Amino acid sequence: MSVQKTGVPMSEKQISSQVGKFTSRGVDVYYGDKQALFGIDIDIMENKVTSLIGPSGCGKSTFLRCLNRMNDVIDICRFEGEILLDGQDIYASEIDVVELRARVGMVFQKPNPFPKSIYENIVYGPRIHGMIDGRSDADEIVETSLKRAGLWNEVKDRLNEPGTGLSGGQQQRLCIARAIAVNPEVILMDEPCSALDPIATAIIEELIDELKENFTIVIVTHSMQQAARVSQNTAFFHLGKIIEFGETDQIFTNPRNQQTQDYITGRYG
Amino acid sequence: MTNLRAAHIKKRYAAERRFKMYGLLAIMFALGFLAIMLVTITFRALPAFSQTYVKVDIEFSENVIDPDGAREKVQIAKADFQKIVRDGIYALFPEVTNRKEKRKLKKLISSEAGYHIARVLLADDQPDFEFIGTKQSVWVKSSDDIDSFIKGLIRRDVDESRRRVNDQQIGWVDQLMADGRIEKRFNWDFFKFGDSRSPEDAGIRGAVVGSFFTLIITLLLSFPLGVLAAVYLEEYSKPSKMTAFIEVNINNLAAVPSIVFGLLGLALFLNFFGMPRSAPLVGGMVLSLMTLPTIIITTRAALKSVPPSIREAALGIGASKMQTVLHHVLPLAMPGALTGAIIGMARALGETAPLLMIGMVAFIVDVPTGFTDPSTVLPVQIYIWADSPERAFEAKMSAAILVLLFFLVIMNAIAVLLRRRYERRW
Amino acid sequence: MSYLTLFAFLICTIIIGYFIGNRRAVGMRPAVKSKLPENKLHSLPGFHGTYVALWCGIPSLLLLFAWLFLEPSILSAMLGNALGDAGIGLSQDQLELLKGSIRRAAQNSQNPIDDTLLPVVESYKNIVNSTGIGGMVVIGCGAIIGLYFSQKKIAQRFAARHRVEKIFSIIMLLSSLVAVLTTFGVVVSLIFETIRFFGMVSFTEFLFGLHWSPQIALRDDQVASSGSFGAVPIFAGTLLITAIAMVIAVPIGLFSAIYMSEYASPRFRSWAKPLLEILAGIPTVVYGFFAALSVAPMLRNWGVDFGLEISSESALAAGVVMGVMIIPFVSSLSDDVINAVPQSLRDGSYALGATRGETIKLVLLPAALPGIVSSVLLATSRAIGETMIVVMAAGLAANLTANPFQAVTTVTVQILTLLVGDQEFDSPKTLAAFALGFVLFIITLCLNILALKIVNKYREKYD
Ligand SMILES: Nc1ncnc2c1ncn2[C@@H]1O[C@H](COP(=O)(O)OP(=O)(O)OP(=O)(O)O)[C@@H](O)[C@H]1O
Ligand SMILES: [Mg+2]
Repeated sequence: MSVQKTGVPMSEKQISSQVGKFTSRGVDVYYGDKQALFGIDIDIMENKVTSLIGPSGCGKSTFLRCLNRMNDVIDICRFEGEILLDGQDIYASEIDVVELRARVGMVFQKPNPFPKSIYENIVYGPRIHGMIDGRSDADEIVETSLKRAGLWNEVKDRLNEPGTGLSGGQQQRLCIARAIAVNPEVILMDEPCSALDPIATAIIEELIDELKENFTIVIVTHSMQQAARVSQNTAFFHLGKIIEFGETDQIFTNPRNQQTQDYITGRYG
Repeated sequence: MTNLRAAHIKKRYAAERRFKMYGLLAIMFALGFLAIMLVTITFRALPAFSQTYVKVDIEFSENVIDPDGAREKVQIAKADFQKIVRDGIYALFPEVTNRKEKRKLKKLISSEAGYHIARVLLADDQPDFEFIGTKQSVWVKSSDDIDSFIKGLIRRDVDESRRRVNDQQIGWVDQLMADGRIEKRFNWDFFKFGDSRSPEDAGIRGAVVGSFFTLIITLLLSFPLGVLAAVYLEEYSKPSKMTAFIEVNINNLAAVPSIVFGLLGLALFLNFFGMPRSAPLVGGMVLSLMTLPTIIITTRAALKSVPPSIREAALGIGASKMQTVLHHVLPLAMPGALTGAIIGMARALGETAPLLMIGMVAFIVDVPTGFTDPSTVLPVQIYIWADSPERAFEAKMSAAILVLLFFLVIMNAIAVLLRRRYERRW
Repeated sequence: MSYLTLFAFLICTIIIGYFIGNRRAVGMRPAVKSKLPENKLHSLPGFHGTYVALWCGIPSLLLLFAWLFLEPSILSAMLGNALGDAGIGLSQDQLELLKGSIRRAAQNSQNPIDDTLLPVVESYKNIVNSTGIGGMVVIGCGAIIGLYFSQKKIAQRFAARHRVEKIFSIIMLLSSLVAVLTTFGVVVSLIFETIRFFGMVSFTEFLFGLHWSPQIALRDDQVASSGSFGAVPIFAGTLLITAIAMVIAVPIGLFSAIYMSEYASPRFRSWAKPLLEILAGIPTVVYGFFAALSVAPMLRNWGVDFGLEISSESALAAGVVMGVMIIPFVSSLSDDVINAVPQSLRDGSYALGATRGETIKLVLLPAALPGIVSSVLLATSRAIGETMIVVMAAGLAANLTANPFQAVTTVTVQILTLLVGDQEFDSPKTLAAFALGFVLFIITLCLNILALKIVNKYREKYD
């Protein structure tokens, strides 16, 4: 299956190469009375990896979850501001979160495969989005997704075994495959390697690098090296605010802000 | 000084030992009571599982059974089979002629024996009537008193005035024994028959079937309602005054005395809505209201134990709320919900008081065949028999208790197995 | 034609509706696969099918249930009309009797009926048939209309998923309201009859009267003033039996809990705790049987040995057996709260050189006291509301006595005996049961709320 960015109309595609895939303007998020994000402005570029870094509790996950409205499920969470996906406000009333999440997939910190077979894990998403018409469709999606997640060779003989029986790294790649299977435009990853050993981490990082050809990727990480290795753009969060946002090379070699400097050199947080 | 302290410590340790012993004694008392109760009931139940039969030579004389020789089933069924059985027993003791003694003699065998014989002989649609005019040896049930006597429940050495079987009857029984005309058999009828006024014919079939129908209704109503309510409260509702109010209601319902539910059923279902009395339908409705809190509470606990990461995973690839719940969360919580349902059903099966109030206490011989047939349930049957004066019902009651406990053990075992088999550690 | 046929018809229509919706949606699926929302079905075909099925099923099933509830009263009214002159001059009761016999005669021609009424029976049969068929036709049409209109709405961008999810969440909300409705139903059904009761018997007599003999009311042809409804003996009897039960259950339950949580080895605990819990799972009628047929005779024999007069239905027998039944209610909750006391408190006490027993008595029990109190309250409410044991073992005599060897009666026993058998909802005898039930409901409700309050306070303290 050749991967095309069919989801973006031609006219918008031209815009999106100049403006961000995601544009966030003045995003404030509150948990009850407590404000977690303060006026976040950021542009996430298409087919690039953007990493979000910052000390614990600074609101990285919160921001990431705003991008596919996963915060909607938290009762006390309140959103203000504007996030545009391809120029369209994702918090507008006519937006269907289900369709939004089909376009913006997510991979979580702890691998969370469904307690079902590997096969079922992959086809679930395409099935609920009406992308599957018959068994051969499903087989094809399973194969391509697992191949793109670099898991095919390891699991092709045990597709009917439970996904929870895989190793941690394999589970995380299964989750990535599951996210890819619905053919999203953006993949959000919240510390995808924090539960993994260095080798599994290296495999996933390689994978991210390949995936950026076809997907826009936003990744939250606590590892400076990881951010430096995989991402093209980096945003540094602190206490719910963006302190600095720019190209990764520039942030890591020549930060403009003292706080950023302190954080990336490990003097802080 | 040291002596004093040593003595003091010794006293403290003695107190400690005593304290510990009280605890052990308390547990032993409770468990001992349980054991004694179960053993007592089992022993009392044993006589109910066998039944004494007497072999009687019966003359199926055409004069009595089919005087006009038409060989019509309907007519023959109305014939006086009681008389031919009576004649059969009289024939065994031709020396008895006195009417009073004859009455005593008649009381050796079940007062229903004739009906039974007729029922067996005329069981087919097209019975062959070859038995008419023959003389056959037939085993008929003894009366409950003779049965009790044979089982040793009525003792020989008690003064005659204080026992229900007199010396003459004992003499007859001894003679029958000597002739090999008395036999004890396993009492299948106890499991085949409905209730009866005569203990030797009373069975639990009607009550078991009634319980079954009642529980079906209870399950059909309370399980879906309970699961839906639990899903709503656990997955959908936002914390609000109304949710809190619903929860308080559920917790309180779980502790309302069962008899109050009976009042509800009587006033609302029977009087207001005019539903049929004594029907498993209404019994099931009342019990389902009682079971609902149990199911809601256990299902909520099961839903709570499904880790949030599963919900996030589903939502993260664009499953809707309902899809997340129906495809992922609920299937994982199902074993827990089912366990709760079984435990609730077990409790409903043992419930008596509310069913008494809606009239399921009537004396019902026929085995119910539907949800609106008048019927009774196992625990109520026990209660009914407890009210009967005949001694033999005591064993029936105990046996019915054993059957009830048997069902409860099975249900609880299934619940435990379910929990073991599907309990997931995340 | 029966309701079963109609029900089966509805189920079939619902299933057909599902498939029609599903098919139509599949037919509208665009040929070219594309991710653009404009070119996609908004919802999976299954949702469209479910949407049609719901519109097919919900209104018609609601109609069906409404019809089932209303049909008897509609028929009764129509029968009243059909009776015409024959019904004039009859009292309400006589009219009901007459209607009943006509109904029976219509059901089964073997039932006896006055010949003059035969035409009425015939016309009643006709009424039953025509209204039955009419109702069924209306309900069936409801289903088909729902099917027709809902399937017309199906379109490529029709948001069937949103509708279906909305309907489901409403259904779920309604299900959870059943619990509230039940409470409401209990209160309403108790309160009306209770008010009627107090219209016949004065409130003070009921609460403070010392003499209870409701049966007289029946014999004297339902003159309320001649029955006595002083409920004090009943309350006293309930209290006496509850007290005996608690005297057994509280120490034994508490000591069991202490032993289980502080002394017992895990292995002992793993089999003894479930065994103890069995006590709570045994049906109460079994306890009643045991109390009446084993414990009571045994107590009486002992009484004879010691020169005491113990009646065969004594408060003692019922109370003791009930106490045993209640043990697990005290012990498991107490066990939980004792376990919930933080380890640090224990460690502090051991560090001072206290023995286990002293730690338990001086540290754990005071700390766990609120939880224990609430478990005792819950157990008390169980004991007060327990029916079968007392019915079978305590007797019916409303003696005002504190002597546990005598027979007493309780609230639950009275409710049961007043209502089992013939009920007349205009005699204070029957209504008294509801008044007693109301008292029972209020008392147990208060005990439960109090217990939950205390236990929640306690949880807050240690969680
Ligand atoms: N569900 C929630 N309810 C209330 N407060 C929350 C919730 N989730 C997050 N917060 C608060 O919002 C702030 C930001 O949290 P967030 O999870 O976004 O931090 P983070 O940067 O992802 O931290 P970490 O690196 O530890 O994952 C924190 O102060 C946190 O306490
Ligand atoms: Mg985080």
